[in-house]
Amino acid sequence: MTRRQILKSRLLWAAPLTLIAMVGIGTAAKMTASLPEDLDFSLTRYSDAGLYETRLDTDTKPVSIGVMHVFTVTLKTRDGKPVEKAALTIDGGMPQHGHGLPTRPRVTADLGLGRYRVEGIKFNMPGWWTVTVHATSGAGSDETTFNLKL
Amino acid sequence: MKRSGILYAAAGIIALVVLAGFSYKGGIYVSQYWSEEQKSLIASLSLDALPALPVDPSNRVADDPKAAELGEALFNDRRLSANGKVACATCHLPDRQFQDDTPFGHGVGQTNRRTMPISGTAHAPFLFWDGRKDSQWAQALGPLESAVEHGSDRTALARQVVTHYRRDYEQLFGPLPELTSLPDHASPEGNPAAKSAWSKMTEGEREAVNRVFANIGKAIAAFERTVEPRETRFDRYARSLQAGTAPNNGLSETEIAGLALFIGKGNCINCHNGPLLTDNHFHNTGVPAVEGLPEDTGRTLGALQVKNDPFNCRGRYSDAEPSDCTELNFMVSEGEALVRAYKPPSLRNVALRPPYMHAGQFRSLDEVVRHYNEAPPAPAGHSELEPLKLSDSEVQALQAFLASLNEEN
Repeated sequence: MTRRQILKSRLLWAAPLTLIAMVGIGTAAKMTASLPEDLDFSLTRYSDAGLYETRLDTDTKPVSIGVMHVFTVTLKTRDGKPVEKAALTIDGGMPQHGHGLPTRPRVTADLGLGRYRVEGIKFNMPGWWTVTVHATSGAGSDETTFNLKL
Repeated sequence: MKRSGILYAAAGIIALVVLAGFSYKGGIYVSQYWSEEQKSLIASLSLDALPALPVDPSNRVADDPKAAELGEALFNDRRLSANGKVACATCHLPDRQFQDDTPFGHGVGQTNRRTMPISGTAHAPFLFWDGRKDSQWAQALGPLESAVEHGSDRTALARQVVTHYRRDYEQLFGPLPELTSLPDHASPEGNPAAKSAWSKMTEGEREAVNRVFANIGKAIAAFERTVEPRETRFDRYARSLQAGTAPNNGLSETEIAGLALFIGKGNCINCHNGPLLTDNHFHNTGVPAVEGLPEDTGRTLGALQVKNDPFNCRGRYSDAEPSDCTELNFMVSEGEALVRAYKPPSLRNVALRPPYMHAGQFRSLDEVVRHYNEAPPAPAGHSELEPLKLSDSEVQALQAFLASLNEEN
């Protein structure tokens, strides 16, 4: 077999295999529909400007669709001290769909030691959700966004 | 050259063998092999995933069989209407999925909305297309006093209970109040004469009548809680898929293709999720307004109404503690997203009950799927839809899948 013939035979194999690969990739792409690949799903994160270390404890694992959740938010300064008596507001939504949470959650108890009970969080669709905790205390105002995949 | 001919043939055969793993039916991709994510989504839609009936802390007789019995009698009683001809069952026909097959309900007059089916509504945090009630019992009260449905009023309804249901009522709820000195027709809702008569009653009299009125709803709700969905071909398919036994026996290839679209490209599962195939939330999907009907703002008004409803979960006629009322306590009550947003009904049996949407705007499922495919702008507010670019055969496959959600006798 000449070099040219070997190349030709390789191309012959390559064509259908490429076609198969393209079908596979196309299907996979549709399934994941532009979910950013580098999403960080950790539930302990630093706030945007770095004022707080914020932790989200969820009441069910995995977090479910269609039920009303009670979460606990723990707020610390960067050097690990609990942030007490902070004012917290919570919102969130689906960045891919451009809508917010179906409910309006809020802090219902200050549990002390920088822990706050948040009630009224609900998710009504499968997919990528965000929950953002806005915190204001003596340390200043900052926000932390958590990613959840349902 | 001979050798390259063999290579051509070999390459072609390999391609065919590999592609045969994916089969095409009418030009659409039929997934024989579900991914783990797809399997998990399919399981989430199955009746096996339906949780036990949620407790209704606002109705202490919700699970009392005697209340359900009384409720069923009240549900079918035409005497609870102004003309003696309208019962709940007039529009919620028990042999027609508790709906009436028409664009608008017809009681003593004509309503502006499509009658909703009842099955599974015990799982719904908000009732009616716009969610203006937050329990089955509070929902049942609305039509009784609606001028176009039962056309009755609170004192007349209480009298009917005293006359026809005293024993059953008192066993459940305690002594009925004395009504003889009260006006025949009085209510804070309805016509001016009834309103005026109501305003002349004492606070104690009003509260006593309201309590009987609320208990009528609680008994009807106890009956409605017993109306639950039954297994379908789709549920059997989902169960065998989970168990790994003969998963393709229950659905046709077209129905399976429709299911793949339902949980994928069609985006249907975004709103029609969970075992009842509804997220029980409110969505503006650009459904056209009906000419000649008054402006309909959907959830915008519904949210306001449920918040101010004296018969809501937090009201004095509810048996719940205010902290039990989480749906009401944390609901979104204003904003652009509420404009012309309506509740997605359960899709179980949907193929058997045209017409569709909150005012029967679409005659067939084909019109519904094509609406979602085209995603026209909303008459008001912002439609959540994006054009789906589904082919004709994909539109048909989706409809085929929806028919697999029919309960069989």
